[in-house]
Order: sequence, then C-alpha cells, then structure tokens
Amino acid sequence: MSAIEIRDLRKTFGELEVLRGIDLSIESGEVVCVIGPSGSGKSTLLRCVNLLEEPSGGTITVDGVELTDPDVDIDAARRRIGMVFQSFNLFPHLTVLGNVTVAQRKVLRRDRAEAERVARANLERVGLADKVEEYPEKLSGGQQQRVAIARALAMDPAVMLFDEPTSALDPELVGDVLGVMRGLADEGMTMVVVTHEMSFAREVADRVVFMDGGVVVEQGPPDRVIASPEHERTRTFLARVLDPAAARVGEVDV
Amino acid sequence: MASTSEPAAAARGGGLTRRRRRRLVLGGEYGVFVIAVGLAIALADWHALHINFLNWSVARDLFPDIITIGLRNTVAFTVSGFVLGLVGGLVIALMRLSSALPFRWFAMAYIEVFRGLPALLIFIFVGTGIPLAFPGFELPGGVYGQAAVSLGLVAAAYMAETIRAGIEAVPRGQTEAARSLGMSQFRAMRTIVIPQALRVVIPPLTNELVLLFKDSSLALFLGVLLSQRELTKFGRDAASQLGNTTPILVAGLCYLLITIPLGYLARRLEARQKRGRR
Repeated sequence: MSAIEIRDLRKTFGELEVLRGIDLSIESGEVVCVIGPSGSGKSTLLRCVNLLEEPSGGTITVDGVELTDPDVDIDAARRRIGMVFQSFNLFPHLTVLGNVTVAQRKVLRRDRAEAERVARANLERVGLADKVEEYPEKLSGGQQQRVAIARALAMDPAVMLFDEPTSALDPELVGDVLGVMRGLADEGMTMVVVTHEMSFAREVADRVVFMDGGVVVEQGPPDRVIASPEHERTRTFLARVLDPAAARVGEVDV
Repeated sequence: MASTSEPAAAARGGGLTRRRRRRLVLGGEYGVFVIAVGLAIALADWHALHINFLNWSVARDLFPDIITIGLRNTVAFTVSGFVLGLVGGLVIALMRLSSALPFRWFAMAYIEVFRGLPALLIFIFVGTGIPLAFPGFELPGGVYGQAAVSLGLVAAAYMAETIRAGIEAVPRGQTEAARSLGMSQFRAMRTIVIPQALRVVIPPLTNELVLLFKDSSLALFLGVLLSQRELTKFGRDAASQLGNTTPILVAGLCYLLITIPLGYLARRLEARQKRGRR
C-alpha cells in the first residue's frame, strides 16, 4: 500500500483552476521532490495533502486514511503528517522546547517528562540540543527551520511534507537544513519536498515530479528528469533554474 | 553663475524667509498664551479659590477615609468591571470571528449598541431595569455586583474590538502550523493564537483600564451605602456636608494618582512592543 495516494485531485480558487487532475502515489520510504515554476500549483498540492487547502475534487489517502472523506477526524489524521513551512511558523511566544512539546502534550496527551524526552531527542537529531531554552527570535533562519522540523518529527509522523523549506533562508544557511533532510531520507522517512534546490533533488530524491499549469508534466528518477527531460517545458524550466544568468530579457516567461 | 544668482536673489529678497516666518508664528503663539494666562490670574478671585478649593484643614480631615473608602471602592469597581469586560470582550471577539452567521450578527449588534450608549444609561439600566425585569433576582455582591456588571458590559464592547484586532494580527501561518500538528481549531486558538493576541493588546487594554477608572464614578447613581461610596461620591458628599469644594479637588488628585502612572505604563509597554517587533 502506498503511503500517499492522490487520485484526480482538483483545486480551484474562484475562477482560477490551480490543480487540474493530479494523480500521484508515493511509496513508504520514498523521497519525492516536486519542482516547477511558481504558480504551477506545487505548494497547493502539498497543502492539499494535509487538507490545509480543501480539495475541490478527487481523493487523497495518507497512511491508509482517506482525508477527503468528510467523516474522517482530520485532526487525528494530521498527527500522522508532518509539515514544514517556507516561513518556519515557529510559535514566537514559546521557547524551542515549548514549540516541540506543545502539540505532544495537548494533542498526544504525553506527560511533561515524556514530551521533553522526545523533544530533546529530536532537537539532538537536528543538531540543536543546546538551544532548548531559547526563544525563536534569538535563532537564525536555518536554526528556526530545523526546530520546525524537530517539532513535526516529535509527533512521530508517517510522512513529512516540506513546502519550499529553504526558500526563505540566507544562502549560507541552506546547507544545514538540507543536511537534516538528507539524514531523514537516509533513515527511511517518507518525504514530499517542494523545492528549487536541484542539487538536493538530484542527490537525495528517489523521484522527481515536474509540475506546470496545475498538472504533472513528467516524473521519474532524478537522473532522467533533471539530466535529460523529455518535455520542452521541463527543459526550459530547468535551463532557467540551473543557469539563471543565461536568461535574456523578453524571453518567454516560464 | 550669473544665471543662477538671479533667482537666488529673488528668493532671498522680498517675502519672509523660513527663519523669519517661524519666529513670527512662534512669537504670536506665545503672546496669546501669556495674555490668556495673565487674564485668568488677574481676574480670578484668589481668596475665594483658596478657601473653597485649597483649604488644607478640610483636605486633612478627608484622610484616611477618602483612601480607605473612596479610592478602595473605586479600585474595587474598576478592577471587577475590567475582569468581567475582559472575559466578555474575549467571548464577543471570538463570536465576531466565528464562521456562524448568527454569532457574528450578535457580536456586531452588541458592540454597536454598547459602544453607542452613554455608560450612565447602562448603570441606570442595570440598577433599576434588571430588578424590574427579573423580580426577586439580585446580582451577587449587591452594589459591587451591579457596578461590575455595568462597567463590564461597556468595557466588553470596546475590548471585543481591540481583542479582535489582536487576534487578526497573529499571522495565519501560526494557525496553519498548529493545525498541521493535529490541533483542533479551538485548541489552536486557545494555545497558540490567543496568548499571542493578548500580548499585542496589553497596551490598548491598559488604556481601557484608565477609561474604566473614570467611568466607575457613575456608580454613584446606583444608590450606595456610606461604606460603598467611591471617590466621586465620597468627594461630592463631603463637599456638600462641609460647604466647601476642596474634597472634589482631593478626589480628583486621587484619580490622577492612579490614571497617570497607568497611562505612563501603557506608553512604556507600547514602546517596548514596538522595539521588540522589529
């Protein structure tokens, strides 16, 4: 059984059709990178997978639970889906430890000692065991994002979703976050990563999915999709991303 | 050079320069102020003022009762009203943001009605209307309960709008992060959003507390016992008993004793928050 099964997913915002029939199935332990130009619907796709956006049509099944079923307890289902946001979204009124323990205690009803033990173990995992008592504003962007990853991991998720996790970071801080994600992938975590980091996609992903205009244009192993794409749209996009300086003014926008 | 000196000369000559104009305007303003103050000093009956407003022996006799009864009751009315208003305001704010239309309607109507009515009418309504409408029913705490409810009803309307703005100022990503961790809408609101919102609204709520301090004087319309008099009632009674207005002045100073530091505190909190937010 697949960890994530998406069938004919559609999403419209008013008149705007953002997702136009996405079919995607992701195996347990698989790392999938979703790439594509901005406005292609890749973030919306990811946000639909834990129902932060309500799909307009189609079904989504995660870890055997059909999220799109109106009778499903969405709060219970979301506990099994970790999400990491572009803008970190740490809780600024809580310490690092508070950020990582709050949902364990209020949602999973773990006692304080147990929650803190799990939190410390996961902060260790992302290399921030020494920042436990700090408030988020004292941390760099890269550190904040790693806390956000630890916060999601503390819930023991079956899958992890990453929505452009490094796009808001200074370039020199990107490596730390990608390193943590690579570690997770090596441990066998099922991951869906929306990203512009082509080197990460090439080295870590089992599969790369290229989206444009609300549909999956092509997908396959990174060697094939990134190194020798079949579709013209994929080629144009990759040329732009891999060598941004080569673009000319007035070239067709991707 | 020759071509630029011509307009430069025109700018300097003729009309007023900025410096001259500023001197003239400032001079005029100070002049008016000095004349007004001078007239007031010259025309006032200083002897009568001294006897009626600044009578030290009268002022001395007011203590300690004006503090132990007047100020104590003022503080009691205000604080209880503030607490009720805060709870009510939070509930109204949440109703205002609810997805259920009737809740939103109720909250909007409440806010409009209670912000639009003079606080005095609310006091009269609570003092005489409720006993008439519900015979035999009495608010717990007697006058204290009535004052707290009256002030709370008014304060809730103002605080609801402040708290709503505070809740809306918390970024949507906070709710999304909380929901993605499996928290329910209610849990996310209570654990993540409201604590942040309340932090934002502490300075405006402090200002609301200052307003309530002054409005608590309306409790004198509730028909209070001697021991239940707050500052204004206390000062007024003493003034008519003694045939001297000094108690009013002393009562006023007692208000300022509380409201000025509170206002200062509110400004400090606000400034600290601005620095903190970056």
